[in-house]
Amino acid sequence: MTTELGHFALILAALVAAVQMLVPLYGAHVRDARLMAMAAPASLTQLTLVTLAFVALLNAFMTSDFSVALVANHSHSAKPMLYKISGTWGNHEGSMLLWVLILAIFGAAVALFGSNLPDSLRARVLAVQGSIALAFLLFILTTSNPFERLSPAALDGAGLNPILQDPALAFHPPFLYMGYVGFSMAFSFAIAALLEGRIDAAWARWVRPWTLAAWVFLTIGIAMGSWWAYYELGWGGWWFWDPVENASFMPWLAGTALLHSAVVMEKREALKIWTILLAILTFSLSLLGTFLVRSGVLTSVHAFAVDPQRGTVILVIMALFVGGALTLYAMRVRDLKQGGIFAPLSREGALVLNNVLLTTACATVLIGTLYPLFLESITGEKISVGPPYFNATFIPLMVPLLLALPLGPMMAWKRGDLQGAIQRLSMAIAATLFVALVAVALMQRGPWLAYPAFALGLWVVFGAVAEWAHRVKLFEAGRDEVLRRARNLPRAAYGGMLGHLGIGVMTLGIVATSAWQSEQVVVMKPGDKLSIAGYELTFEGASPQRGPNYQETVARLAVASRGRPVTTLEPAKRLYDAPKQPTTEAGILNAWGGDLYTVLGDPQADGAGITVRVYFNPLVRFIWLGCLIMAFGGLLSLSDRRLRVGAPRKVMAKPQAAE
Amino acid sequence: MIPDTIYCVITASARMIVVLMALLFATTTWAIEPGEQLSDQRQEIRARALSAELRCLVCQNQSIDDSNAPLAKDLRVLVREQISAGKTDREVISYVVARYGEFVLLRPRLSWSTALLWLAPLLLLGATGYGLYARARAPTAKPQEPPLTNVEEKRLKRLMDEKN
Repeated sequence: MTTELGHFALILAALVAAVQMLVPLYGAHVRDARLMAMAAPASLTQLTLVTLAFVALLNAFMTSDFSVALVANHSHSAKPMLYKISGTWGNHEGSMLLWVLILAIFGAAVALFGSNLPDSLRARVLAVQGSIALAFLLFILTTSNPFERLSPAALDGAGLNPILQDPALAFHPPFLYMGYVGFSMAFSFAIAALLEGRIDAAWARWVRPWTLAAWVFLTIGIAMGSWWAYYELGWGGWWFWDPVENASFMPWLAGTALLHSAVVMEKREALKIWTILLAILTFSLSLLGTFLVRSGVLTSVHAFAVDPQRGTVILVIMALFVGGALTLYAMRVRDLKQGGIFAPLSREGALVLNNVLLTTACATVLIGTLYPLFLESITGEKISVGPPYFNATFIPLMVPLLLALPLGPMMAWKRGDLQGAIQRLSMAIAATLFVALVAVALMQRGPWLAYPAFALGLWVVFGAVAEWAHRVKLFEAGRDEVLRRARNLPRAAYGGMLGHLGIGVMTLGIVATSAWQSEQVVVMKPGDKLSIAGYELTFEGASPQRGPNYQETVARLAVASRGRPVTTLEPAKRLYDAPKQPTTEAGILNAWGGDLYTVLGDPQADGAGITVRVYFNPLVRFIWLGCLIMAFGGLLSLSDRRLRVGAPRKVMAKPQAAE
Repeated sequence: MIPDTIYCVITASARMIVVLMALLFATTTWAIEPGEQLSDQRQEIRARALSAELRCLVCQNQSIDDSNAPLAKDLRVLVREQISAGKTDREVISYVVARYGEFVLLRPRLSWSTALLWLAPLLLLGATGYGLYARARAPTAKPQEPPLTNVEEKRLKRLMDEKN
């Protein structure tokens, strides 16, 4: 019964979405306040209905209602409750419903908190949101109905793919979707602005918090996925340039560019046309990401819904929205006035460089991801585009970006002074060189290019610190003055600096773990020892154990450092009951200096010993620490009252702060 | 004709970039078994580098260096046999491509059908660079904001009052 109610609510939601799209749009066109006022209640009703549908599905999963086909295919009665819940979105139909739910939440947020927006703008934004919701609701109802019944009901479910049964992965899709769908706000605002034929600094101020929120979620979502891959997959590092990873990475790159160009637009009224285009492209890439994952056109570990019909429908939706938006853009772009003149060497110039490099990098990832697909459909030739291609093209674009990054915030708006900026960074340069030399002295191995690459990370880290020091006049003013300045620095400024600091920290982790990793692959028998990176490991043996829904072989590796026992690592190989699938559980000793990472291989054919792979990954945690710092910077920036829409701006006695 | 010196500089810098890439995003190995490793340390390092460039044909986006599949193991052994037989890296790659096709290469070779793939980043950078240059040279009109509407005037006044 609840299931049918959910289904019914979903149909109603589609009808409400149609109203939300058409009525306010027409109302804004004829300037009828009553028709425009329909937008807000419609989007709130929409949220209520989609929530009802989602709760109905959640209920079916939590109670293991195997008369619902989706639950029977993807859940299992013996699964822990957390994974019954996460199973709701661990499949195609449920994840699309989650997509629409998040869309409805964002729409309702505009309805609730957007009272200070001009009426026609708000009506149009909500109408565009309604149109997206309508498209996806129709998609769900016609091709991927989560509420389909199964008769006769199954005795038990088929189970959730065991590698997906993991806490980090339970919440990876919701975060990712909040990022993807969050960018729909920037898109809706861009379309609304094009319809209005008017765009100004206020527009940028309204769009920025939504973009920032989406960006924070996407950052966390990607970091979670990468962290999960690192400790769970056991066959790889932390980033594989897998097509589906690229699908989430492209909106992130475009979104990062959008955040920066929106700053220019807000402060200087420049780059308007570009910012609008970027807003459209960012969400288009989110749609593309959804298409790539859902259609299964790119074979990948993520493609749990390989269905050409669904793919076609999403492709049509994508073509409609992207094509429509770009056509509107082409028609209206001449009406938008460009403003804010600046010299090439200026804060604006630096942010333009940031945008050029980020969008080129994004386009490169896009081309690399889709190229094999196009080539095969045109010439029938089959090629692979893998990590070596992406490394060879992506990294050269990141090097100038990271080199220029600390200089940007040190430049003035309109006309900057490069020499002055370098002078203000002299301490950062000195610190970078000093620490890099220490690294050279400590790390007498690995490729020599690792040192300049490591120095690049240090440069970004110290650059962020130097920016703070410069802003609070750390070495110029007295203690009280410094403290006063540090307190008065807007949170958005701290957010920007933390964002940059995070990128630097992440770079350090990437370089160190890629260049200075040590590894040993050996066959071990009980009592065997091996030493790696100052640790001494003793293999104590392996034994079978029984988990809640799996059977596993657990090895015990006693770890000692300088003769003192540290811990016992227990890497394991699991075989899940339903579906029957093996997984590898790594045994990891986390430490700031680096992770000791152990993986259990197969027993030798003659029964004498078992393969053990041991790695030491220096500074690997810095990768995710950097992501967390970035996300925290974004949150801090969001809490800035100046960014809160409609909050009266405080009068500042000093120059405006920026990212 | 490109003068030899320039050609050398280009290849040298291209090689440097390749080494940088290799070290920055070097994939870590998880699949290799102890018995497969070559005793010659130099040869083993070469074999590992080559393995990261070759696709496991039965897997999804994994190199043979990463994959546990039996086919990947066969390919790893094949690569090592070729290296032990004294073949150069290029010869080993050609040998594998001759057997399994271009699809096996994770780094597609430059050819007419992959020219766009490899040149795209440069073309894009060039195009945006030229666009920015052209825009900087073009005379820019002074921006004009439309005057505030009545509603906005009232709102502005309200906000100003609120602040005071």
